Amino acid sequence: MGYDVNLIFKIIGIGILVGVAHYVLKSSGKEDYALIATLGGLGIVLIWVVQLLGTFFDQVRSVFKLF
Amino acid sequence: MEIMQLVGLGLVAAVLAVTIRHNKPELAMLLSVATGIMIFLAVLGKIGAVIDVLKELSERASLNMVYLGTLLKIVGIAYIADFGAQICRDAGEGAIGAKIEFAAKILVLVLAVPIVAAVLQSLLKLVP
Repeated sequence: MGYDVNLIFKIIGIGILVGVAHYVLKSSGKEDYALIATLGGLGIVLIWVVQLLGTFFDQVRSVFKLF
Repeated sequence: MEIMQLVGLGLVAAVLAVTIRHNKPELAMLLSVATGIMIFLAVLGKIGAVIDVLKELSERASLNMVYLGTLLKIVGIAYIADFGAQICRDAGEGAIGAKIEFAAKILVLVLAVPIVAAVLQSLLKLVP
């Protein structure tokens, strides 16, 4: 089976970390930093997922001979 | 038993996604995307084996390979479009999912036009 299950735990780790950072920054009055932390976490996870999606599309293309 | 591993992966990911959905719904959506891709990748190789068998059978029946290729392309388009549409619907964007399915239908129709034309051509041959 050619997949990396660790990615799920990495995503969850980033999610919990960003949630805690968001909470702490918001309660100390730095709302703009909280937004930046959320966006950063979302960007990192988005890069991982888009890379995975690219390999997925390549696989489907090679299996079904799509163009 | 590969199905046990896949069900376990799905259950773990579902629990984690429910945990995180409360305060970070966008990350929960990306998590479900990643899980779906992993489960799909795990079974894609087996689909490839089945397709190889189908190809061999069609060669033995001396079918035109163009038709089988078109059929496979249609199946691939349907799989990918269904995947994307379901993820959009999960994220609460049912309208975008419906548009993805619409686009897939049109692309399938474009691919199927040569086959329909061939059927009509052979029908015309039958008519005196």
